[in-house]
Formats: sequence, structure tokens, C-alpha cells
Amino acid sequence: MFKIIKKEVLAPMIKLLEIKAPLVAGKAAAGQFVIIRTHELGERVPLTIADFDREKGIITCVFQEVGKTTRELGTMIPGDCITDFVGPLGLPSHIEKFGRVVCVGGGIGVAPVYPIARALKDAGNDVTGIVGARTKSFIFWEDKMRSACSELRVTTDDGTYARKGFVTDLLREVIEEKGDIALCLAIGPLPMMQAVCALTREYKLKTIVSLNSIMVDGTGMCGSCRVTVGGETKFACVDGPEFDGHEVDFAEMSRRSVIYKPQEKLSIERYDEAGARRPGCGCGGEK
Amino acid sequence: MAGDTTSGKKSIKPFKNSMPVQDPVQRAKNFKEVALGYEEEAVVDEARRCIQCKNKPCLQGCPVEIDIPAFIKMAAERDFAGAIKSIKEKNSLPAVCGRVCPQENQCEKYCTLAKKHQPVAIGRIERYVADWELSREVLIQEVEPPTGKKVAVIGSGPAGLTCAADLAKQGHSVTVFEALHVAGGVLMYGIPEFRLPKGVVQAEVNNLKKIGVKFQLNCVVGKFATVDELMEDWGFDAVFIGTGAGLPHFMKIPGENACGVYSANEFLTRTNLMKAYLFPEYDTPIRVGRKVAVLGGGNVAMDSARTALRLGAEESWIVYRRTEKEMPARREEVEHAMEEGVKFAFLTFPTKILHDEDYWVKGMECLRCELGEKDASGRRSPVPIVGSEYIMEVDTVVVAIGQGPNPLVPRTTKGLECGRKGNIIACSETGATSKAGVFAGGDVVTGAATVILAMGAGRTAAKSIHKYLSENAPERNI
Repeated sequence: MFKIIKKEVLAPMIKLLEIKAPLVAGKAAAGQFVIIRTHELGERVPLTIADFDREKGIITCVFQEVGKTTRELGTMIPGDCITDFVGPLGLPSHIEKFGRVVCVGGGIGVAPVYPIARALKDAGNDVTGIVGARTKSFIFWEDKMRSACSELRVTTDDGTYARKGFVTDLLREVIEEKGDIALCLAIGPLPMMQAVCALTREYKLKTIVSLNSIMVDGTGMCGSCRVTVGGETKFACVDGPEFDGHEVDFAEMSRRSVIYKPQEKLSIERYDEAGARRPGCGCGGEK
Repeated sequence: MAGDTTSGKKSIKPFKNSMPVQDPVQRAKNFKEVALGYEEEAVVDEARRCIQCKNKPCLQGCPVEIDIPAFIKMAAERDFAGAIKSIKEKNSLPAVCGRVCPQENQCEKYCTLAKKHQPVAIGRIERYVADWELSREVLIQEVEPPTGKKVAVIGSGPAGLTCAADLAKQGHSVTVFEALHVAGGVLMYGIPEFRLPKGVVQAEVNNLKKIGVKFQLNCVVGKFATVDELMEDWGFDAVFIGTGAGLPHFMKIPGENACGVYSANEFLTRTNLMKAYLFPEYDTPIRVGRKVAVLGGGNVAMDSARTALRLGAEESWIVYRRTEKEMPARREEVEHAMEEGVKFAFLTFPTKILHDEDYWVKGMECLRCELGEKDASGRRSPVPIVGSEYIMEVDTVVVAIGQGPNPLVPRTTKGLECGRKGNIIACSETGATSKAGVFAGGDVVTGAATVILAMGAGRTAAKSIHKYLSENAPERNI
């Protein structure tokens, strides 16, 4: 049982949980993920690590309520326990002094970008951050990102906050302005990552993306998360989750990401009919 | 029912007492256990078929060295408590072995009766007495006083559970680290409920807890800690690696990443471990189409094909490149699959998976084969016939062509020697690896094999670990 220590609502449908998991936190690094199961009948779902505190033994997860499991997770409050929580899984981000780097976070993607940007800055890189969201209410962690980057630029699709436009618009400006960028990191919805890669390909700017595929075990056993990278099949759980974005077959990836759409719809409908409820572990906030 | 014992010389019934099974038509639609188990009279009658021959040839077929005639004699006398006690001296998972061991290639193969008749149904008797005990929980296992030595067992499959049980009985403090959220490894995620009820596995796991084995679930060794850290920082005096063969192999043919193509591991894990057959009560979904092709001819392929029927597939096909004779699956599994309506396409070699514009599987291009020369495995190898391409219309494909060793622990352990296929190199006599204090056994060493061979390896390693701890590991305060 893994106790929830803190909860924040960052934006509509976007929530943050701090979870006590000392063994995971002890080894967690930027770029890795955990797999959670909210209750005994639950599914195993991967969540990217948005932050970690090794000393306090805490992992921070930020998630968007998109399916039944994340909706259910969103109802949980401090003191509640998550039945299963395993990690840190996947390979950590490759951190070294590259020189000048750009970190792009779109929507929920800002959360996993944050610890990577911080690690890159700590390694001595000049980090330009780009944060984008659909509209003002979906912008979160601007302060945290500002502290993790040497410079931060913000945009909203509808112009309700900061610049109007897409992250790719800002990215093009940054590339044109700075010229000598060594690496781009982009995390967000698949179409955003795909658009970023299309842009950076023009500039031959190496771009790393992080893929949130459908997974079951998360340890390389099932192959549910397989993705074609550079013509080869890779498992996002053990070979990733980060890959060279210019090599990723995004068309395949996006088709595979909706395999269970009808079942997810059924699950959500059933959940709504029964009335949203907190998955109780019955431990009443046991230590 | 009972054998004729009135005359001085006992007449031997030529056939085994038959195993009651669920009706094939019924069972192909449910996940309940297929083989129902003997009733008491049948088990006693079967046990009496054993002639208690002096040379006990059956023993040479048992990887865990159970004193087979001894427990059968007790079963014949209805001393089931004595029988299970005798088995448990050597085998910590009898309810599992009684169900999934390939006895026809092991103990029963060497049975004296088998020369003229059917052998004694050793496995079925083992299952009966194990179930008898599980339903009563009467047996208290004796455990040696604590030695103060700590052993980490990585993986809670058959190898790990056996090793853990043997070491715990000898008084060592054993912690089993399991990556998944339940203990049991392949017994939980791989072998289907209808062949091995998960309740039986958990009952065996609970028996281990009773003798002091600790289970740390949700712990992936190589991630939260390495083997080296377990020994240096966590204070474990020895480590046993039994991480199995969990890495699924794919065909490496075009279209294999299409939606509707599963590895057998994923197909079975979703169904068994995550209980996708109870979706939406359970949250994990699975999609089985109308016509399923399972590629492969082993037990995992049979399990997948039979699972597909139970999930509602209209047709479930085994697609195998050789013939029925060369299939590595247990005969009993093949027969059960056939009875249930699984269809077989032999001498068929898939070359390409076809998909529609939404990327969903719509067919499979196959070549017909003929058998050629014998290959390294001693089986005649399939040779595709040029120009024999045809399309098999299917909407789900399950790839069950084998699994490799899970690379996570080998990759993260310093100084651990591995083979070309990623398997850990360990001495077959002792389970010792190239690294002092680290032992390994089961599928991670041999490549995918059987439950009982993994158990045998776990038992062998436990003996060596016990010896190693007695000779090498420093004394430690308990």
C-alpha cells in the first residue's frame, strides 16, 4: 500500500499526487516512470515521474483524467492508499553537458519535462524552456519551469495567456534566434511531439521524445508498448520511454494508442452510472 | 472399484482411473478448471495399482526427488496426511506439480507398469493429496531454528518459490522480490486459470509465508536495487536469481505491430493476471476477434488458443510450421485443445500480417511447408514450398513462438556471466554463477522449459546456498 501525502489540482482534469514510495524515490531519475494499480480489480497504468524527493521518499505524479483509472485516481485524497506502485521503470534521461538545449512541454507534458530540464540545467546546459497549452487554465508549473530553465517562453493556442500560438511557433523562433542548439526534448500529446519532430527535422536538430504507450507489466514482459523506431521494434517500457523523435513511427504509435478505445468508453460509462467513487483500500490512512 | 486383492497375487488394472473433466463444449466457454480431480475412491484405487517395486524406477524421472512409492503407499492406505507430508519433504508446490508437470515424460515414463500397461497416475494422486491438504490446512511444516543468514530470492515463479521454501525450512531468513503485484510468476500470469486455478497457487504461496518466507511485491530488482546492492547495502548473504523467461519473441515479419497482434505473454497476462475475462468488472481490457491465429506449437500456444475460445472467439487456430508429431506441447494439452474445438493449421508458415487502413489485423499471408532434414533439435525442419502463398483471414494474431530470459537482472549485475542468448550461466550441479554468493536456476538459465525443471533447479540451488552459507557467510546478529 502506497500512501498519498499531498494532492493538488493543477488545471481542469490535471491533478498532482505526492506518493510515499521510498524504494522508488531512492532510485528515481528524470525521465523514468512508475506503474500504478489503484485497487484490487484495477488495471496497471504507467505514469511519468514528475518529481521525486529521495530523502523524504516521495514520488510526484501528475496525470490527466482521461480514462476510468485516471478518473478514479483523481478522486483519491491524502491519506488514501494506492494498492500497487512500482518503479522506477524505463531508462533515465541521458543527461550530460550538451551546451544549448530546448525543452518543450505541451499540456500535461510539462510535468515530465520539468525534472529533465532541471537535470539538464544542473549539468551545466543553457536550457530554454517552452511551455504550451490549449488555453490559460491549462498552464501549470510555470514557476517551477522558470526555475529549471535559463529562460522560459509560454504560449496558449487561443492566446488567453502569454503569446498566442503553438509550441512549434516558439520553437522555430528559438532555433532561428539561437542557432546553435544541440538538443531538443519534447514531451506532450502525440500530435504535438510529431509536429515538433517535423520542425526540428528541417533544422537537423536532434529531438528526444518520451512515449507513453499502453503497458501492462512495464518490465519488458508483454510487448504491449512496442513501437517502431528507426525501422526496428522497441519496447517503450525497457528500451525507452525516450527515443529519437526523428526515428519514431508516430502513425503506428497513434493507432496503437487507441486499441482499447471502445473498452475504455464502456468502462467510463459504467463508472459514471455507478457514480464516481474513491477506490478504498480500507486502511484509513495507515502509515 | 478397488483392485482385486483377495487372491495372493494381485491382478493389475491395465488402465489409469480416468480423470473426471468438464464437458468440452461447456468448458470451452468458461475459465473453470478443466480437470476436476479424483474422488477418494478413485485415488485409493489408483494408488493400489502401484506394485511398490523394489527398484523404484519412477524416482529417476522426478527432478525434485519425491519418494513416489512411499507417498503412493500411504494414499492407498488413505493416510493422506502422511502422503502429503512425505511429498512436502521434497516438493513445496505439490498442488501445482500435480496439475502441470509433464508426468508422461518424467516419473510415469519410468513406471514399471508402463512396460505392459498404462503407468500409475502419479500426478493425479499427487494432486489429490495436495488438494486434500489445502482444503484442510492441517500440515504444520517443521522449520529449523534461525541461522541468522539472509537470502534474497529474485522472482517468485516455480524456481524462486522452491528455493525459498527449502532455505526457509533450513532456518534461513528468506525474502522473495517480485516485480508484479502478486507472487507466483508464470504460475499467475502465464498458465491459465482453467489449467491451474490461481487460488491453488496463492494457497501454496501462503504455505510458504507460514514457514517464514517474506514476499516483497512490486519490487523490480535492477531498478529499485541491483543484486550488488542487495548484497552490499541490504545485507543479504546470498542471492538466488529465478527471473524466468519473460521476454517475448516475435516473428520479425511485416505487420507484426498492427493492432490485434499480441505476444502470448501479453494475451495470457491480460487474461490470467489481470483477469481481463472479467472485464468490465476488472478494469483491464482485452480484445479477441472472431478468428484468432496462434503462432506456435508449445504449451503456451495451446494455452493461448484455448483462452481465445473462452474469450469468445468463433474460431481459434494453432498455426504451426511442422506437423502434429513435432509439436512440443504436452499430448494432454493438444487433446484438450482439439476436444474444445481449437483448429490446427500444420505445415503453415506466416510471412506477413495484413492490416486494414485503421491498422487492425485483417489477415495473414502464409506459405505451406514440407518437412525436410532434421535440425539441431532432432526434429525435421519445415521447408517452405515456393509459390504456395495464400491468405488466412484472421483478425487477431497471438505470437507464441517462445520467450527469452528477462535481461533486467543480468544487465545490471556486475560480473555475472551470461550466454549468447542472454541466459545466465550457472552450474547445473549447483546453480552457482560466475559471481560469488549468487546462484541462478530455472528458465533464466535454461531458456523456457517446464515448471518442474525450474523447481528442480531451485531445489539444487537451495542446497548449494545452504552449503555456501554454512561455509562462507560471516555470522551476523539476528
